Amino acid sequence: MSILVIAEHDNEEIKASTNNVVTAATNLEGDIHVLVAGSNCSGAKDQATKIAGVAKVLVADSPEYEHCLAENIADLIVAISANYTHILSPATTNGKNYMPRVSALLDVAQISDITSIESSDTFERPIYAGNCIATVQNSDSKKVITVRTTAFDAAQNDGSAEVVDLQESHNLGISEFIKEEIAESDRPELTAADVIISGGRGMQNGDNFKILESVADKLGAAIGASRAAVDSGFVPNDYQVGQTGKIVAPNLYIAVGISGAIQHLAGMKDSKVIVAINKDEDAPIFQVADYGLVADLFTAVPELDAKL
Amino acid sequence: MKILVPIKRVVDYNVKVRPKADESGVDLNNVKMAINPFCEIAVEEAVRLKEAGTATEIIAVTVGTSASQEQLRTALALGADRAILVETDVEVEPLGIAKVLKGIIDKESPDLILLGKQAIDGDNNQTSQMLAALSGYAQATFASELKIEGEKAVVTREVDGGLQTISVNLPCIVSSDLRLNEPRYASLPNIMKAKQKPLDVIEAGTLGVDIEPRNKTLKVSPPPVREAGIIVETVEDLVDKLKNEAKVIT
Repeated sequence: MSILVIAEHDNEEIKASTNNVVTAATNLEGDIHVLVAGSNCSGAKDQATKIAGVAKVLVADSPEYEHCLAENIADLIVAISANYTHILSPATTNGKNYMPRVSALLDVAQISDITSIESSDTFERPIYAGNCIATVQNSDSKKVITVRTTAFDAAQNDGSAEVVDLQESHNLGISEFIKEEIAESDRPELTAADVIISGGRGMQNGDNFKILESVADKLGAAIGASRAAVDSGFVPNDYQVGQTGKIVAPNLYIAVGISGAIQHLAGMKDSKVIVAINKDEDAPIFQVADYGLVADLFTAVPELDAKL
Repeated sequence: MKILVPIKRVVDYNVKVRPKADESGVDLNNVKMAINPFCEIAVEEAVRLKEAGTATEIIAVTVGTSASQEQLRTALALGADRAILVETDVEVEPLGIAKVLKGIIDKESPDLILLGKQAIDGDNNQTSQMLAALSGYAQATFASELKIEGEKAVVTREVDGGLQTISVNLPCIVSSDLRLNEPRYASLPNIMKAKQKPLDVIEAGTLGVDIEPRNKTLKVSPPPVREAGIIVETVEDLVDKLKNEAKVIT
């Protein structure tokens, strides 16, 4: 029996979250197969074959998989699921979208957002915004799992897996892609960045995020935000770090003008070093910060920028 | 158009929960309970569709103990027309909930099913997608905008890279993200009126679906605690610490 990992990719490239899930899969017993489902996805396929620890790359290259519509991807995964004991995907918005559909079609429970694999049927996962860690044992014959990518290191890219072309066409025809507004940025992706600088309500408006950009450029950092900043329209939704936004764990997380609501802490408290800059000395963010600076961000951030 | 809005009773989002001392579960003694925030957004969206003349009837439904009637009354006060409690003492997992809801869909034949994307207790983010699978419907998850256009729903979704817009055939399942709308507060007259609205109670067993849990919680433990940090006095101190103590910048 084998383990199936569903690749996260944009047809041209494999996303690092796939490598994290492959590492998680190495904690289980069996060959690891990676499914690349997309359209004109030979770039992603080639990269997938290089992920260390992967035995086979299964490729479903067809127009109906181009935009990762859950209906079509789920049917594809179910169609090839027979020989797998475990099916894993990263807990990205794509994985969260199609995996529960896969589970229900297979009549098995899903184990969401696992942070540790204790045995082939027992896993740890955070609940209540990370305020508790549950150890759960699943009794289904097949385990459908989404993986919190920050909890597992990325597998290296020095492998050479065999490629298997799948002739599987699954188009339910009940959903249709219309358009995508994907932010173009030269900065690293939030979930893969070594350094993140995030702004909160204290930034006051979207224009003020410019002062974070200059610091981010010097540190090679990604820019994030709290829910309050996104809800207020300062920055787009893809900046949001938190329980229901992105979960991050960089080496350095700088929280600027962020009070530290439970749901924000849930998204960043596993960062290695946390810095908080806030003028309110009672802000809860200081309770998780390694280094706190009680100061007005509009003087502290430019000063930090100058000293870097 | 008939809209079904499944909701969940959860711990209020302001409560910081802890594991029980023996790690057998989460300590929920005397904590404040509320309607799950994402479910509240789903109710609000349904009410707005009714106010716009698109929807004719809104049915709120939940699966749980009789205490969940409180949250159904909240949904009624926000504008749902009637409510259904599928009563059970079992702590039903998302798959079981989806099976129960499929039973309700079969009885009620709604054109649109609006749910919250995630309950803030289990943080599973599964029920909507599972319900879509079981009913054979299309799913539009993590919605930040919803438009009904003829026989289709056009939904803008919050995805990792930004926003994605898809069109799905009705009936369909839509799960709400945070920015779909800002829910209203129930007015006192509406809270009073909600007490008179119909609330049916169905025994879960009568639906003939398997709701036995597949996952067993072996223990619930606290997360690793972060060591308390220090307060630095100046930006210069901060940069020095980051360079020489934490060694995270050069």
